[in-house]
Amino acid sequence: MSVDAASRPVGVDIQESEQNRAVIEAIEATNADATVNHMPGMVRVTAPGRLVVSREAVEERLGREWETHEFQLAIISYFGHIKEWDDDEIVIAWDH
Amino acid sequence: MTLTPDKPKAKARKLSMKERYSALTRDLDWDPSYVPADEMFPYTTFEGIKIHDWSKWEDPFRLTVDAYTKYQAEKDRRLYAVLDGFAQSQGHLSLTDASYLNAMKLFLQGVSPLEYQAHRNFAYLSRHLNGPGPRFASLCQSLDEIRHAQTEIHTLSNYNKYYSGFHSYLHMHDRVWYLSVPKSFFDDALSAGPFEFLIAIGFSFEYLLTNLLFVPFMSGASFNGDLPTMTFGFSAQSDESRHMTLGLEAIKFLLEQDPDNVPIVQHWIDKWFWRGYRVTALVAQMLDYMLPRKVMSWKEAFELYFEQQMLGGLFQDLAYYGIKPPRDVGKAIQEKEHLSHQAYWILYQFSHAAAFTTSVPSDETLDWLEEQYPDTFPTYRALWDKEKKNVANGGRHFVRGLPQLCQVCQIPMGFTEADSPFTICQRSVVFEGERYNFCSDGCQNIFEHEPVKFRQAWLPVHQIYQGNCGGADLGDVMQWYGMQPGDGGEYLGSPDHQNWLRWHAQADHSELGED
Repeated sequence: MSVDAASRPVGVDIQESEQNRAVIEAIEATNADATVNHMPGMVRVTAPGRLVVSREAVEERLGREWETHEFQLAIISYFGHIKEWDDDEIVIAWDH
Repeated sequence: MTLTPDKPKAKARKLSMKERYSALTRDLDWDPSYVPADEMFPYTTFEGIKIHDWSKWEDPFRLTVDAYTKYQAEKDRRLYAVLDGFAQSQGHLSLTDASYLNAMKLFLQGVSPLEYQAHRNFAYLSRHLNGPGPRFASLCQSLDEIRHAQTEIHTLSNYNKYYSGFHSYLHMHDRVWYLSVPKSFFDDALSAGPFEFLIAIGFSFEYLLTNLLFVPFMSGASFNGDLPTMTFGFSAQSDESRHMTLGLEAIKFLLEQDPDNVPIVQHWIDKWFWRGYRVTALVAQMLDYMLPRKVMSWKEAFELYFEQQMLGGLFQDLAYYGIKPPRDVGKAIQEKEHLSHQAYWILYQFSHAAAFTTSVPSDETLDWLEEQYPDTFPTYRALWDKEKKNVANGGRHFVRGLPQLCQVCQIPMGFTEADSPFTICQRSVVFEGERYNFCSDGCQNIFEHEPVKFRQAWLPVHQIYQGNCGGADLGDVMQWYGMQPGDGGEYLGSPDHQNWLRWHAQADHSELGED
């Protein structure tokens, strides 16, 4: 069974904390298809094919400047491939 | 003349992440002119891997040294705040039970020393890979790994003040029978070439299996009141996502560089999946048996983190390059309802020679296991019912002999056939007149590919029989292992158990009144 890259789930595990709540909310708002699961100490966000973390959406909720490097303090693990990580967004998706 | 500096006309534009990465990482590279490149990088050809263009290596994190140090320092600050708070508030008393710490003893003895070895080998890669991109990513990982070793040791050292089994983990790591499982796994990778190491540790361990290895430990800590371990775990895992990326980039890079690399990489995936999977047997029994408060079963973790994410996600991606799922993955799937039960049964019977304790699972745990494994657990439950009778009659079971070990994974030969799960699996190969034994087809295949390497394995049981481990009886060997009375054996009645009861009985509840 082969499922194409656009629909195979990708996901990210994020440490559950006060600061990261804004990040998680931003991911939910940016990715309409995202599913959020709470696990001990962490939150797992998955989406079919593609997951985007947008700086603008995080800053809006955090109420301060946020550089995408800061996501390194939040992330525990992910599955998929980091396709893009620049000043404005982080994109996780499969290549093929 | 004026001393006032010229005012900048406009605020200097900040470099974008891409530009900074390019300036600070790629632009600092140079082509050697005093020596030929193959003399400067002598180790990247002998494995048969062909690289045509090192600049094609991608680093999606675009990490630069300034960003790296800034965020790593912040991670450490957050961790040490938690460690201090936990120690100052006698946090260890709020664990679910002292027996929970058996999982952490295993972690400190078995895993933390591997972090240090990873630090060493990534330092080597940061010197010896030809491309500046992978060299810098390896340098960061090397620093991460020593941070992990240090923070783990630091975190768990607090428990060493109150509990047994934490004291001589480094000494034990090099000598003790069950620790030879993770140690020999990592030594195998360290003694391979740089590309095999990248696939072994960077890809198979860090990407394929890391979630199975670390997330259960950390969620287990979270559920069992172990705040510091959860914090160091998540702190380490945040680096881990960078390591996963390095592993995934490594494999894609090798596969894209030359079609001749594909069969070599496929063999390494087959080998290192099985090597890593065998080490996770220790995690499987930890999840199902050692955690007083359960998080998820091994079967559930395996299905989520491996079957769904890796087989359902990653390997479909790699199929594009002609890569197939690991050869023995079917066996691992067949075993998922047996692995933890068989592994804990082994540890239960040999814990008198270990630096952790074991006990018959509580009725609550047995019921939970039966819910999780309705098809297979009733058979294992019958074993525990029998053992409960032994215990009631004063005959708690410890094996007095020494087990035969698998030549490759070094686990005692207690695993069963995949298609006949109650028949012990035993394979053997004669190589240059000597017979070697294996626990599985996976381990046998690995041996047959590199018999000259694996016949040198330092097998703890053989070493004891050869007289290299302190003496001929159990006491001699325990002393040579660096173990102290109370480190191992049965949990009920152990010093940890007795102390735990004493500390909790001593709590002053007088403010609640007599009734």
